Amino acid sequence: MTPIVRVENVSFSYGGPTVLSDVVLDIAPGEFIGVVGPNAGGKTTLLKLMLGLLEPTMGKIQIDGRPPHEGRRKIGYVPQYPPFERDFPITVEQTVMLGRLGTARLLGTYSKKDRIVTQRVMEEIEISDIRSRRLNTLSGGQLQRVLLARALVSEPAILMLDEPTANIDERMETDIFDLLRALNQRTTVVVVSHDIGFISQYVSRVACVNRTLMCHSTLAIDGKMIQELYDEDVHMVEHSRV
Amino acid sequence: MEFVSSLMQHKFLQYALMGGIMASIGCGVVGSYVVVKRIGFLAGGIAHAVLGGMGAAFFFGVEPIHGALLAAIVVALLIGWITLNWRQQEETSIGAMWAVGMAIGILFISQTPGYQSDLMTYLFGNILLITARDLWLMAVMDVVLLVTVTLFYRQFLIVAFDEEFARLRGIPVVFFHLLLLCLVAISVVLLIRVVGLILVIALLTLPAAIAMQYVHTVGRMMALATALGVLFCTTGLAVSYQPDVPAGATIILVAGAAYLLSMLFHNYRQRIKARAAISR
Repeated sequence: MTPIVRVENVSFSYGGPTVLSDVVLDIAPGEFIGVVGPNAGGKTTLLKLMLGLLEPTMGKIQIDGRPPHEGRRKIGYVPQYPPFERDFPITVEQTVMLGRLGTARLLGTYSKKDRIVTQRVMEEIEISDIRSRRLNTLSGGQLQRVLLARALVSEPAILMLDEPTANIDERMETDIFDLLRALNQRTTVVVVSHDIGFISQYVSRVACVNRTLMCHSTLAIDGKMIQELYDEDVHMVEHSRV
Repeated sequence: MEFVSSLMQHKFLQYALMGGIMASIGCGVVGSYVVVKRIGFLAGGIAHAVLGGMGAAFFFGVEPIHGALLAAIVVALLIGWITLNWRQQEETSIGAMWAVGMAIGILFISQTPGYQSDLMTYLFGNILLITARDLWLMAVMDVVLLVTVTLFYRQFLIVAFDEEFARLRGIPVVFFHLLLLCLVAISVVLLIRVVGLILVIALLTLPAAIAMQYVHTVGRMMALATALGVLFCTTGLAVSYQPDVPAGATIILVAGAAYLLSMLFHNYRQRIKARAAISR
């Protein structure tokens, strides 16, 4: 099967030290892949390269056979930190519906289809009951669901999430990942996380990024491998599902 | 009360009132984007730099308001281009354009022969001097603003809300950023007649900032800010009429006082809400 994301020998530097060196990664349609590694190891940079927000210094990236700035309309993106002001006067429903832009018609108002898709996604993500709330009244977990819904209304072929559970508690972390597992039935999912122990029970493959990239199937994750990657002793925690 | 009876009699007061209403549409609609996008300083820069264009128009004997419109658009695009390309120096470059524009204007005005009473009018406005021709021009500018915002409401919203996400959705972010700055430029010119270019920034931001505390969407914010603008302009005009003090400055003081009161009320309400939430 042709990969939906193709990263070919990509190196990147912001101008100082090398952030990523000769990264090769193919993601097949329908995969659930975790991008893990230590902080400042280049995970988010790799994601931004795939989104076309950064240009590779060397190498090439393709999304569904096209360069990222063309192919990225097929990507639904969930950022790590909400980049907007929390007191922006906008409701949950409007925020989610903005994700239809680029898919929706250019001028004027939303179409009936835009509204139907938005309602369906809000129900699926279980935020219908808070649709008229203003963003600054939401909890961290609710906001994360809103961002996920916003990414989903464009009906993306690939879902890319940057540390989707960094700002919420553990129980909700499980909820979000259960949701991602369900969504993986119809989309490819790429999730960046520093928490390799937790995500390994969900993903089909992990890509370990620390300047370079090593790929592992989830089965191979053990203390030794993590130690190699993080280059120090790591306390592994068994997460049990409550 | 004397204001109301004078309003019936005098055409210049009716024009002033209509001018205030038309300017309020601009400051409500575009001011809402200025406030949520936090580009008040940038808008201030555009407003002040416009003096360069007005001074040049004055010197060459062109209608100053036409010079202002042209200068405002040029300055808006220039500032937009600079801030997009040198993000680190955004503050400095806006400050530079702000002062350089004013300096150019002052040089031109000083070299223009004749009595220069008009300078004060540009700087502080004079709503009582609005003519029928001014009103027509203001109406055209309002229509341009309203049509553009109606067509691209969602694009402006997403660019103001989350630029990175807009870019990922294939929205031409730079185009809409520059288009928004052009709308700011037009609103500035709309407001110059009413309060002058020094005080423009207050009417562009205060009504929208008050509105933002009470409504949940940018669309409603625009409507409420417009209504508040009309209220401030009318009140300011009426209050200033009898003691014969400058209307522009009075309008700004009314807006400033309303903003202060609204802030106090808003904070008080938040505290009450928080307390209610705890005792529940």
